[in-house]
Amino acid sequence: MTVIDVRKDPQALTLTFVAEFDAPVEQVWQVWADPRRLERWWGPPTWPATFVEHRFVVGGRSRYYMTGPEGEKAGGWWRITAIEEPHRLEFDDGFAGEDGEPNTDMPTTHAVVTLEPLGSGTRMTTVSTFPTLEDLEKLAAMGMEEGMRLAMGQIDAVLAG
Amino acid sequence: MVVRERPVHGLSPDEVDRIFHGLADATRRDIVERVLHEAQSVSTLARRYDMSFAAVQKHVAVLERAALVTKQRRGREQLVHGNPEALQRAARLLDDYERIWRHRVRAIEDVLAEDALAGDPEERTEP
Repeated sequence: MTVIDVRKDPQALTLTFVAEFDAPVEQVWQVWADPRRLERWWGPPTWPATFVEHRFVVGGRSRYYMTGPEGEKAGGWWRITAIEEPHRLEFDDGFAGEDGEPNTDMPTTHAVVTLEPLGSGTRMTTVSTFPTLEDLEKLAAMGMEEGMRLAMGQIDAVLAG
Repeated sequence: MVVRERPVHGLSPDEVDRIFHGLADATRRDIVERVLHEAQSVSTLARRYDMSFAAVQKHVAVLERAALVTKQRRGREQLVHGNPEALQRAARLLDDYERIWRHRVRAIEDVLAEDALAGDPEERTEP
């Protein structure tokens, strides 16, 4: 994997992330479409995600929760707004309470995922749009925690290797 | 993502707003770049742009409110200094979010590598 490019646009409140994988587009599409594959990478290393619902159609809803090291749970939801298999996916991503219902106090981000063939591999571009600066601040606060978990996950991987 | 709220970067939402507003204009970004390199007077800055002294002064005021620059009187002149610390905090907001995606891309690669070992992903059910 190579992270090709990261573009941050404070004015438009977007983060664009471009990565390339050594796998065909159809296979990369499956890591989004198949909930069993999706839950293996969506959550941070120590907060694995479990998708209890994943209706991968336009207008479809996904519900998931992530389980922390001490068994604590954090819920989330998606609403799919566009699908062009296997090249384009758009969805809203938000937080949910313990009952699985969307938490409207928390920010919702919009994600646009594009997969393009690149030789025998795939270029994946994700564009995340944040609704307001305050929302970005809230998400960044959580991102910091995830970043720390990421670092710990990397250490684990080195030790296991 | 994990729901846990706490103050971060020591910035209030209002302060974050002012920082991003400050950087949302090409002239203001240019001013910030120049004064980070070397403190300059408002009149020196004004000569560089095709706009009135008052307009440049206004841009500097926006940057000052966002704490991206500071002004200091030197004789009859106002010297504008850059504030690298505030800029770093603004960039960090998006950096933090970038880390989430770096982790995800790495994890996707692991999933794809296992698929490749196991054969065609679409003809196989998950263990």
